[in-house]
This record gives sequence, C-alpha cells and structure tokens, in this order.
Amino acid sequence: MAGAGGGGCPAGGNDLQWCFSQVKGAIDEDVAEADIISTVEFNYSGDLLATGDKGGRVVIFQREQENKSRPHSRGEYNVYSTFQSHEPEFDYLKSLEIEEKINKIRWLPQQNAAHFLLSTNDKTIKLWKISERDKRAEGYNLKDEDGRLRDPFRITALRVPVLKPMDLMVEASPRRVFANAHTYHVNSISVNSDHETYLSADDLRINLWHLEITDRSFNIVDIKPANMEELTEVITAAEFHPHQCNVFVYSSSKGTIRLCDMRSSALCDRHSKFFEEPEDPSSRSFFSEIISSISDVKFSHSGRYMMTRDYLSVKVWDLNMESRPVETHQVHEYLRSKLCSLYENDCIFDKFECCWNGSDSAVMTGSYNNFFRMFDRNARRDVTLEASRENSKPRASLKPRKVCTGGKRKKDEISVDSLDFNKKILHTAWHPTENIIAVAATNNLYIFQDKIN
Amino acid sequence: MAGAAGPGIGPGAAGGDGDDSLYPIAVLIDELRNEDVQLRLNSIKKLSTIALALGVERTRTELLPFLTDTIYDEDEVLLALAEQLGNFTGLVGGPDFAHCLLPPLESLATVEETVVRDKAVESLRQISQEHTPVALEAHFVPLVKRLASGDWFTSRTSACGLFSVCYPRASNALKAEIRQCFRSLCTDDTPMVRRAAASKLGEFAKVLELDSVKSEIVPLFTNLASDEQDSVRLLAVEACVSIAQLLSQDDLEALVMPTLRQAAEDKSWRVRYMVADKFSELQKAVGPKITLSDLIPAFQNLLKDCEAEVRAAAAHKVKELCENLPIEGRETIIMNQILPYIKELVSDTNQHVKSALASVIMGLSTILGKENTIEHLLPLFLAQLKDECPEVRLNIISNLDCVNEVIGIRQLSQSLLPAIVELAEDAKWRVRLAIIEYMPLLAGQLGVEFFDEKLNSLCMAWLVDHVYAIREAATSNLMKLVQKFGTEWAQNTIVPKVLVMANDPNYLHRMTTLFCINALSEACGQEITTKQMLPIVLKMAGDQVANVRFNVAKSLQKIGPILDTEALQEEVKPVLQKLGQDEDMDVKYFAQEAISGTCVSAARKYQRHTCPTRNGRTSAFFPKAETNTPGLKKEHKQKIKKVPHILHFLLNEIFTSRSSHQSLFRGAWFTK
Repeated sequence: MAGAGGGGCPAGGNDLQWCFSQVKGAIDEDVAEADIISTVEFNYSGDLLATGDKGGRVVIFQREQENKSRPHSRGEYNVYSTFQSHEPEFDYLKSLEIEEKINKIRWLPQQNAAHFLLSTNDKTIKLWKISERDKRAEGYNLKDEDGRLRDPFRITALRVPVLKPMDLMVEASPRRVFANAHTYHVNSISVNSDHETYLSADDLRINLWHLEITDRSFNIVDIKPANMEELTEVITAAEFHPHQCNVFVYSSSKGTIRLCDMRSSALCDRHSKFFEEPEDPSSRSFFSEIISSISDVKFSHSGRYMMTRDYLSVKVWDLNMESRPVETHQVHEYLRSKLCSLYENDCIFDKFECCWNGSDSAVMTGSYNNFFRMFDRNARRDVTLEASRENSKPRASLKPRKVCTGGKRKKDEISVDSLDFNKKILHTAWHPTENIIAVAATNNLYIFQDKIN
Repeated sequence: MAGAAGPGIGPGAAGGDGDDSLYPIAVLIDELRNEDVQLRLNSIKKLSTIALALGVERTRTELLPFLTDTIYDEDEVLLALAEQLGNFTGLVGGPDFAHCLLPPLESLATVEETVVRDKAVESLRQISQEHTPVALEAHFVPLVKRLASGDWFTSRTSACGLFSVCYPRASNALKAEIRQCFRSLCTDDTPMVRRAAASKLGEFAKVLELDSVKSEIVPLFTNLASDEQDSVRLLAVEACVSIAQLLSQDDLEALVMPTLRQAAEDKSWRVRYMVADKFSELQKAVGPKITLSDLIPAFQNLLKDCEAEVRAAAAHKVKELCENLPIEGRETIIMNQILPYIKELVSDTNQHVKSALASVIMGLSTILGKENTIEHLLPLFLAQLKDECPEVRLNIISNLDCVNEVIGIRQLSQSLLPAIVELAEDAKWRVRLAIIEYMPLLAGQLGVEFFDEKLNSLCMAWLVDHVYAIREAATSNLMKLVQKFGTEWAQNTIVPKVLVMANDPNYLHRMTTLFCINALSEACGQEITTKQMLPIVLKMAGDQVANVRFNVAKSLQKIGPILDTEALQEEVKPVLQKLGQDEDMDVKYFAQEAISGTCVSAARKYQRHTCPTRNGRTSAFFPKAETNTPGLKKEHKQKIKKVPHILHFLLNEIFTSRSSHQSLFRGAWFTK
C-alpha cells in the first residue's frame, strides 16, 4: 500500500519523492561508541542542524547558501562548529559515573546575531553560545608586527589597535551551567514560549529553570513515592506547549500523558488533563506494559495536537480529547510476534523519538534495520524508507521498502527474520518549513530532501 | 595640544618627554586585548586614563571605533565597558560630541546578556541628558528608533528603556513618533519585548502629557494586562502602580480599576501573586477610598487564595497594609475585616504561609494596642509558638521586641520557654543554629535573671553539641552574651564552666574550650584572660591529641595581643618554642605561625609607640632568620587544598529537597 506507483510519502498532500542529499560520518564498519549520534535537532529557521553524540560532542551543521553554479544542490549542510559539550564525570558521594552522552539538544529562539542552544547529559544542562567573529584587532604598542618586544624607552606615540577583517571564525562558548538539580537521569529539556524559562525532566521530577539563573530551579512535578518500593511509573518525556507558556505535558512509562497548567498552582502534581487510551483486553500480554511505555512526546507546531511514540506505534492526540488518540499509526506491527526475543536482547527498551513536519500534515519516526517511517495524516498513507549508503548518489530517489509479514516473500521485500536489530533509527528531525529531514543511523547522519521536478 | 599628536609624530599626546608617561598607557592599551580576562578588565576600568592620554580627537576617531567592535568579549569586560562609557562625555570633547558614544553603547545594547544590556541602557540614559536638544533629535532619537525596529529582540528590549529619557525633550512632531514606536513594542510578537515594554510602561507614562496617558497608555496597559502570556500580565500590575498615581480618582475608577480587579482574580497564580506582592504600593497609589472599597476585599481573597504562594505573599503584606490604613477607623477595619482572615492563616496547611505570617504578625500589636493584643493577638502568638514547623516558631521568637514594647514579655514567657527549649533540641542542626543566633536578642529582652535561670544551661549544652557548626555558633554566642551582660557575669557564670571542659575526655570538647577562649578573651579583658584562661591554655599544650596542641598554638596567637609583654615572654614564648619542636608537622607549623604572628603584632605595637623609623626589628622572640621555613608553609598550603569540596554536595541536597523548593524568593525570580 505504501508509495503506490513509486511515490514516496506525500507531505503536503501532493505526492512527494524523497531523495538522498548527504551523509555525514565515517563509513567504517566498526563504530566507536563515542561516535554514536544520540540526538538531532534543527533550529527555528532550519538553517542550522545540531547533533549530539555519546562522546559528549555537539556538531552543528549550517545550510549553505543556494549556489548558482550547482543548481541542484539546494543548500547542503556543512559543518559549522564542533565542540565538546560534556565530559565524563564522577559523583564521589554516590560513587556513580556520569556519562558524557548528550541526551537532548534544544535551540533557543534567536535573540541576536549569535545562536544559543541547551544541551544536556544525564545530570547537567548547559547553555551554549555559537557566535561568529570576522574581525581581528591589530597593532600593539609594546610589540612590533612580528611579535618582537619593543624597547619601552623608545615609545614615542601611542597606537590604538585597529580592527581588520579576517577569516570567519565560529566560536562556541559555554554561557551557563545548570547543575545539581537532578537526582535521576535527565530525559527531556524544553524551552518555554515565554523565552525566559525552560523545563528539564528526569525519571521522577520536572524542574523549571530561568535561563539566566543557574543556582535555583523550581520543582514543578514530583512523582517520587515516599517509599521507592511503591514506584510503579516513571516520567519518560516532557515538553512545553509551543504557544501557551503555562501548559506542558509529560508522558509516563504506563503509556499515559498528563497535561499541566502552571497557572492554576505552583506545584503541578495535579494534572489538568489526563490522556489515556483504554487497553484492549484481548491483546493483553506479558509485554503489554513495556511496549505501551511512551518514549517521546511532541506537540504539533500548531499546538492543537500532540504525538506520542510507544514501542509499536505512533499516536496523535487532539488536546481536546483525552479518552483516545485521533490517529494511531503502526510503525512495525510485524514485531508483535517477536517481542519475546526483543525482550531478551533488550531492544524492547529502545527509546524511539518522533517528529512532525513543518505543516503538521505528516509525522516521522524510526524503526530497525535503518528503516524509518513516515505517515501522511491527510492522505492516510505511510511509507518505509531506508537510510543506507547503497543508494547514496546525490539526488537518487529513495525506494520504499517493505517488510514481508508472513506468507510468500515477494521480490523487493525483506523478511522479518533478516532485519538487523542493531541498526536502529532512534533520532530523526524534520526541517521546520521545508521537506528536508535528518536521520541519525548509529554514527551516520543522513539528510534527505524532496525531489523537485 | 593633545589632538595634534598623531601616531609616530613627535611626543605622545600625554605631553612631556614621552617615555616615562607613555609607557604605562601603552601597557594599558595593549592589555585591552590581553588573553587574561582580569588584565583586560583592569584596562577597561582605566579607560578614562587611556582616553585622557589619547586626547579627545583620537578617542573619538580611534578608541571608540575599536571599542564598538569589542562586543565579543566576556560579560564582565562588557559590563565594565558599558559602565565606563556612561561617564565618558568629557573625554570625547564635551556635550557637543556626546553622540560619538552612541555607536559602542548601541552595540552593547544588543548583546544577549541582560546585565550588560541593562548597563548599556543606563549609560545611554545618562548620556542622553548631556545631548543638546538638537543633537538629541539628530542622533539619540534615531538611535532609539533603530533599536526599536531592530531584527533581534535584544535590541528592541533595550529600546524600551530609552523612551522616557528622550520624550520630554523632543519636539511635538517627534513626540508623536516616539509614542507610535512605543505602541508597536507593546504589541511585539516576542514576549520578551512585550515584557520589557510592560515593565517600562509606568516610567513612560510619567513623562507623557495627561491626555496621552489617558488616550494611549491606558489602552496599552489594558492590552498588556490581558496578554495571553501570564509573564507579561504580571508586569502590568507593576505599571498599574505608576499609572494610578497619575490619574484623578474618577479616572482611576473608570480606567484602571477594572483591570486591577481582573488582575486580582487572574486565572494565573503568578499574576495574583504579583498583586499580593505589590499590595502596599498599590494601596498607596489608589488612595484610601478605593483601598476600602476595592483593595480590602481583594486582599481578603488573596489571603484565602487556593495557591499557597499567593497566600504567603499576601500574609507578608498584612502588617504594611494595616499600617498604611487611615488612622481613623483603622482599628475597626483591622478587627472586623482583616483579623478573621489572619486567624484562619495561623492554622494554614502550608508551612511557608504560616511562617510568612509569623514574620510580620507581631508587628500588629503596636497598631492595635495593649488590650486588643492581649485579647486577640496573644492567643495567635501562643498558637504559633507551638506550631509544628520550627520556622514559624523562630519567626515569632525573632520578632519578640515588637510585643515586648506593647504588653511586656512576661505574658509570653510561659509559652516562650518550652518553645525555645524545643527548638534548642531540634533534631535538625540548622534549626538549632537559627535559635542560637537569636539568643543574644532574647537575653536582652528577658533580662539576666531569667536568662541565668532558664537559658544559661542551654547555651552551655550547645558547646558540646555533636555538630561542629553548632559548637562554633555557641562560642560566638557566648561572646555576644558577655558583651551584653558584662565581664563580671562572664567570670561568675561562663568562664568556670568553659574551663572545666579542658579536662573533658573528649578531645573535641577540649578544643571547644580553646575556641571559647579565642572568642571570649577580648570581651573579658586582660585580667581574666591572663589569670584564668592562659594557665589552662598553656596546660593544654601537653595534650596527647595533636589537634588540641596546634589549636593551643592558634589560641596563643589569638590571645597574644591581649596579654602583657611579661606573660608573653615568660609563659607563652617557652610553650610555643616547645610546640615548635613538636613531632607533629601541623603542630610545628602552627606554633611557628604563632611565633611569627604574635611577633608581628607585638612588633607593630612596638614600632608604633617607640620606634618611628622602620629598622628591621620584626621579632620579639627570635631573630628574623628563625621565624619560619618557607618550604613548610608551602607544603601545608597544598595539604589544605586537597580537602574535598563536601559543601558543594551538601548544597545540592538542600537544593533538590522538596521542602525548600517552594521558596518564597520565587517572586523575585520571575520578575527579574
């Protein structure tokens, strides 16, 4: 059913053909753990694309200006800045190692010529400034041009340094460090639409920060039971509403989502909305609870909907309807019969993320075997695509892939048993206004674009 | 002359024969770009020296253009630069050239760091006053308009603070333009800008003509007060104070009160919090009539708000509100309309609300007088003294002086004592620490008899507390008590008990004796120190625990200046010499420190009185060469450095704990 007639996922209503644009990262078969990409995020304009990896590094790609000599390369993304955001640390009091892995990156709305982003590992959130410098001061009084010292007694006139143009230099500097507020692992950060606060969520608590204040944060949600043995549920993701500065949601390992209104009270332990789909008793199994855990929650750009990802599906909820999602898209239903082995190899605990396209008409999320899925919400069509180097010629169209689900395997189909579960696509990002997507496949970042005919 | 000196031509602008006077300036200029931030900062702070040396023309043509582009620097450097430029008019050639300072300040007004931007705006405001009316229109107003229409919201937020300084001096045509500019910022897309505009709305209203206030500011105010973002709405409450002051009662009622009533019942607790927080200002701004008709009912609602933060903010304002009521009829209003709500709050479910109330409630007694206090307030105080939350009890105890004036403390002392004892023995050491800090105050209020009878034993018990911070506070408490009650009292009640501890089997307690002596010696004076304390200290020099011994050395250093020379020479010196040969490295180190330390202080005294010329006499005990070994000192310093930073982690614990999170500083936080 997917992509009938060779068409890809239509993102704007019209049929849309995705084609390869770029791939970043080494080709080597053996992948260094530190190089594995752990988060991908476009900035508000889409001109910058940030990735974080398990080695604590952040790499920022910038879209090149349209090039007249190469009309078909519609603004490629090239490395703009690379910096070490987090270092491995050791908590001496608790005898715990703190990994440097970047869990999340969030851009701040642009406020001046520089760009700002928040990056976080398990414990510490940092605010980074990425700025350009194209001028350099020249001329010293006590040194000559070659750096030789002048005789201080022969200074007869004062020289004021003069600024001269130089090659563009991009600097990343840490502006703030928000530390020591999380006892558990930070899974989400989200910037508020008021542009002055953000939230950070760990397994049991959500804190609210002011972007300019690092020594104080406010705990707005705390689900830690008095007795940890009574713990039945953890926070898996949290996000602010894109426009209403007082509204945020958080998802739980039980597959539910709570929406809180910060206006009603300073502590948001009591939610104002509770989204939960009643469980179908017929499909209940040992794994029901594990696979219903939500790994990501994202508001649509309009703020009307939100999307949640659980192990086997993506659900779109209307904020005005708490009883069930308005759409449920199966990501890889064929794995339902494989849950037992997925449990054994721990894959069942993989945290897949999901994202919206710019107009909220399509959603994307990852799967195994370097497959990723797109769902067109209007046309009710979906497609499976693959991020691979095999077809990585510029402007080469992506062929829709199909997984054989029992019966006879057709040509071009791949059987469930031959899927590679080590190649998982957990992190994807969609350009905020155009049909450009970034897909993180282990240590490689693939960028795909729609094909212009 | 200064302007004439160009690079390379003749002597520098500083004049004279160049070399000597130019060199320091040359260093300063070069250090503007040093890699070390501290050196850059020093240079920037001496910018006026550089400018003076360069002369006005070179400052304008060379230094300022360079500074305009230095916005890449660290915040602290930029902050210093923004501050310097505010006082630079004289250095660029006076008011006629003040506009030359605008470009660097304009670029500083667009940086992302709020403190730097604010400082740049402050300096711009300062400089605006130095502009001639013509220059203001030709340079300053265009700058404001540029900032106001900038691409980035940092520049637009900075613009908001500049309208009120250029408006009064602008021509009528320009005034209309400026108002238009401000209007557009009030409806900016970015909440940051709307917040900046809202926070400057009151200030701008003050410089506007009354008609414009009514026709333009009030609609803007109404709009901002119903903004979709509560972070904007809450700032409108602040503007309300300024606007209300400008309008007549009738206008106020018609134009502002509907918005204020709405704010007091806003859906967002943060806005209601703001109303509570600004209540005294609002009360003064709207006058007594509207206060009675509108604000008192609003206040009653805030006191029983569903959000604890709001109740706490309102509770904080109870005393000020009552104080500011018109004297006539005040008592009746308080008794009938406020007190019933206060009574409810005493048993509030939230401890922050209760402690906020406890911090001000005692102040009501002076307003209500003796009879009402005894009949109505005293039961509340007594209930609060028994509150389960220590903070509430502490707040009551710390404000006892208000009640003391009105009804005397005896009324309370029956309940006071159990409350104090309970706090003194609280399981949380921070609570114990807090009550210790109030001891001198309590001692003053309760008098020496009561103190000796009931509280003295507590003070002594803290000396052997198992937490160091408590023992430390207990020693400094003793010192304050001695200052209050005098040396005779000290000699009879405190000193003997302290000295007995020198024989305690626990070395920590023995050390406490030393710490007490350190603290008390000065307050007790030479006689007690020499006759009673010194023998004990000297005796402890033979203690078997090294920590005690080196604290003996430290104590001797501390009390040295109080002792006379005879005692120093004959008693202290031999003991320190002996400790200086101790087998323990630390004891040796501190003994030597003490020897050189006491020497220096003795020597200084000596120099001051007898020896007007400095003649190298530095030691009363030893010739100079023997004083200390530099190597040892270094080693010791490293040793100290290695101590792990535990406090850091302790703070985190406090930081994340749920009980402290609902900090009442929140108000300050989000209005920042």
